[in-house]
Amino acid sequence: MTACLLETPAAPAAPAGAVTGSVHSWDISTGVDGPGTRFVVFTGGCPLRCVYCHNPDTWFGRTAQRMSAADVLALAARYRRFIGAAGGGLTVSGGEPLLQPAFTRALLAGAKELGLHTALDTSGYLGARADDALLDATDLVLLDIKSFDPAIAQRVTGRGIAPTLAFARRLAARHQRVWVRFVLVPGWTDDPGNVAALARFTASLGNVERVDVLPFHQLGAAKYEALRLDYPCADVNPPTAEQIGRARAAFTAAGLHSV
Amino acid sequence: MDPVRTDGGGVAADPWQGFTGSCWQDAIDVRDFIQANVTPYTEDAAFLVGPTERTRALWSQLTAMFGEERSRGVYDVDARTPASITSHAPGYIDRERELITGLQTDAPLRRAIMPNGGLRMVENGLAAYGYHLDPAVREIFTRYRKTHNAGVFDAYPADVLAARRAHVITGLPDAYGRGRIIGDYRRVPLYGVGRLIAAKQAEKAALDARPSTAEVIRDREELAEQIRALGELTEMAASYGHDVTRPAATAREAIQWLYLAYLAAVKEQNGAAMSLGRTSTFLDIYLERDLREGRLTETEAQELIDDFIIKLRIVRFLRTPEYDQLFSGDPTWVTETIGGIGRDGRPLVTRTSFRYLQTLYNLGSAPEPNLTVLWSPTLPEGFKRFCAQVSIDTSSIQYESDDLLRARWGDDTAIACCVSAMEVGRQMQFFGARVNLAKTLLYAINGGRDENSGAQVGPALPPLTGDVLDYAEVTARFDTMMDWLAKTYVDALNVIHYMHDKYAYERLEMALHDYGVLRTMACGIAGLSVAADSLAAIRYATVRPVRDDTGLIVDYRTEGVFPAYGNDDDRADEIAVWLVRTFMDKVRQHETYRGALHTQSVLTITSNVVYGKHTGNTPDGRRSGEPFAPGANPMNGRDRHGLVAAALSVAKLPYSHAEDGISLTESITPAALGRSRAERVGNLVGILDGYITCGGYHMNVNVLDRATLLDAMDHPERYPQLTIRVSGYAVNFVRLTREQQLDVVNRTFHESV
Repeated sequence: MTACLLETPAAPAAPAGAVTGSVHSWDISTGVDGPGTRFVVFTGGCPLRCVYCHNPDTWFGRTAQRMSAADVLALAARYRRFIGAAGGGLTVSGGEPLLQPAFTRALLAGAKELGLHTALDTSGYLGARADDALLDATDLVLLDIKSFDPAIAQRVTGRGIAPTLAFARRLAARHQRVWVRFVLVPGWTDDPGNVAALARFTASLGNVERVDVLPFHQLGAAKYEALRLDYPCADVNPPTAEQIGRARAAFTAAGLHSV
Repeated sequence: MDPVRTDGGGVAADPWQGFTGSCWQDAIDVRDFIQANVTPYTEDAAFLVGPTERTRALWSQLTAMFGEERSRGVYDVDARTPASITSHAPGYIDRERELITGLQTDAPLRRAIMPNGGLRMVENGLAAYGYHLDPAVREIFTRYRKTHNAGVFDAYPADVLAARRAHVITGLPDAYGRGRIIGDYRRVPLYGVGRLIAAKQAEKAALDARPSTAEVIRDREELAEQIRALGELTEMAASYGHDVTRPAATAREAIQWLYLAYLAAVKEQNGAAMSLGRTSTFLDIYLERDLREGRLTETEAQELIDDFIIKLRIVRFLRTPEYDQLFSGDPTWVTETIGGIGRDGRPLVTRTSFRYLQTLYNLGSAPEPNLTVLWSPTLPEGFKRFCAQVSIDTSSIQYESDDLLRARWGDDTAIACCVSAMEVGRQMQFFGARVNLAKTLLYAINGGRDENSGAQVGPALPPLTGDVLDYAEVTARFDTMMDWLAKTYVDALNVIHYMHDKYAYERLEMALHDYGVLRTMACGIAGLSVAADSLAAIRYATVRPVRDDTGLIVDYRTEGVFPAYGNDDDRADEIAVWLVRTFMDKVRQHETYRGALHTQSVLTITSNVVYGKHTGNTPDGRRSGEPFAPGANPMNGRDRHGLVAAALSVAKLPYSHAEDGISLTESITPAALGRSRAERVGNLVGILDGYITCGGYHMNVNVLDRATLLDAMDHPERYPQLTIRVSGYAVNFVRLTREQQLDVVNRTFHESV
């Protein structure tokens, strides 16, 4: 699985539409993957193994289908009229889109050419792979910061948090529009000190327009069963309204807009 | 309150004082009146007010009775008095408190018997709830007076009877009132009954010059009945103390007159759908005048609307439990059409459009009246956001494309029942229920034999002998079977509507139409997604038929994958489009009663459950007895790319071949619309704008969690007013059968995963 990380080639100079990538699925969603109604490409493969992940079926690039950016964009173009009327755009999500930076860049740049608003949904762990051209084609970054405390991050994702925080600072320096997303998992990520520290860090960036506190849910449980994977959060209850309210309040207290 | 409470108080000498325009004064033309006097409202909902104490008290008096009605099935029935406009003495909920008066019988929730449609329906309905028909009534309607139902069965050909028995043609209005006729009830307040009678007399007199052919004789008799019905309306109104011979002079009178006209219709006709029309913007002109002249405050205006809506919520008909099962509860389809844009581009949204929707807050959510918003992306933003907000909060609104309707039928179009459009007062329809296309496909495969009974129902074709179904062969046979179906179907409808006109003519509703009305023959299809997916399976996968020992194909082994309708995949969607076009073209080949214009709907109401029950295994993998998807919906669980992709598949169905409407029902979890309330509202507005822009016709919007529905199944007492949109109308969830509840719960809920 770590081989995945090495497999991804550095940005090739091929025509953007010809770049192929590993695509888990696509969907049209509203209100959950950026503003409005959006064509969402879920790329296959992810370097993290978040204990609460609700899409473990996107972890492995090899189980996804190979598609060219042009083919994906042709699908997205079908929805241009709808999205134009509804408001929205295209989001590249995953998995982890930055596992395939050339493909992701081709999708985002192609969507801009279609006149669509673009969003990149990433953990930021591979933020260093996003070159300036990729970020220039991105109207909004949905940055999933799993934790501020490195020990918690390691426990929850199996990886460190430093690359994500570095990416967040780079986005701030670029004045890139960012929505931070934080998944509240009782017993795993909800330590008040962790939340408060993340809120302070996020507020210090200056470019974060809003913070989505996403309550953990159990809708992914069946997928673990189907994939015969261990599910560390099998017994975790979704946070209560009060717990969610407390986490949101921590971000609000730091001067952020939290929903 | 006083100026409104006293009917005479503040009444202008000239009831039309302050109104402008002249065409509507010279001839009966409500649309022209609206165009000349409407005050479009383009702001937000901030002006709205909550219910008054009086409204709360009156409504709670009724809600206290609803529990008993729910547990017994009916609250009370008058089993002695065949209903007519004047059959019952005045009835009141609470005479002191009511602002708008009039009930169908002499007491609230007491149902009437209406045997003109069919005596068996009345007898079965009474027996089911422990009542017995007065023997004198039975004798009258068997010995002396024939019913619509009796007439139809005297004239049905054998083919129709067989198709009906096999459930390939279903739900026909041959034992009950056809409904789906909207009287232009606005004419009564605007003109007064006196003027309307004079106009009808003139229409009738003009016929004297024409030779007495069968058509002319029928028209003269119908006009005579219409005039008689208007007289009875006057008499009934007088029993409540209102003189409706003159035009209404105040807003309160306008609402009262309009309601009395509608009441006369529902006193006499137990139509499947007794829709109200498009009244909010009409009444707004009166409310605006009274507000402007200081005769009314906003609180009083809302109170009048709340009181009117309370009346519409308690329209009741005696029906059989089987009928209620077919239609999920006890629907009356008091459909009211709100919003839309005028031909000149001005919105037809007024403050009263908002006030109607506000009743869902002031009185709580409810399935009736069936509030239907004509949506256009160009509607005022404030109205769009309020509609979306009310949908999110109550799941009680349906949306239809104003852009399609305005272009086809004009800007004074209203919806009857669920999705059937008609220009108010100028157009009516012959309601035709629907045929089961999925079953027809099985007939094509089995050479006209029924897959459940083995009986030969359709034309006999040689049995299919191969091991694998061949797409070209199956579609050729399907084409033949649809030829037979269309012919048999139109035959049945012609008989039904001939007899309905003869024995259960809608005198009062037709009195509120122009003479020379446009009639449509509203055919319909059910099982579209099952038929389309089955054909896609035959075409793109390998489908092996499984035969029983008589050679009848009773099951299918489907190997490989196939595209399914509902994913914006042209391969499957084109098949659905082909089915809609092909069947409509076949229907058009058959002459209709009274030269009615052929139309078709893709709508199942909620009988998708019952149709599924009567249909065997299908090549798409659906098991025998499993429900169909409702209306034009994709099959449950097969739309894998979310609401928008599903909606765009449905939007491909050509409206020009389904002019009686294409129904799509969607359930969305609140989280799937966004994270904050404001975001959800904005996003739902966006979805509706997108769907209508892409040619979508109709969308029922439910914003609900599955968990809420499951809890309501276990604890119905906690959810007396939980309303959900089904196929073109809304129902009280707790009044559905368990089977129907499960069907709703098992439908695709678009959620964020």
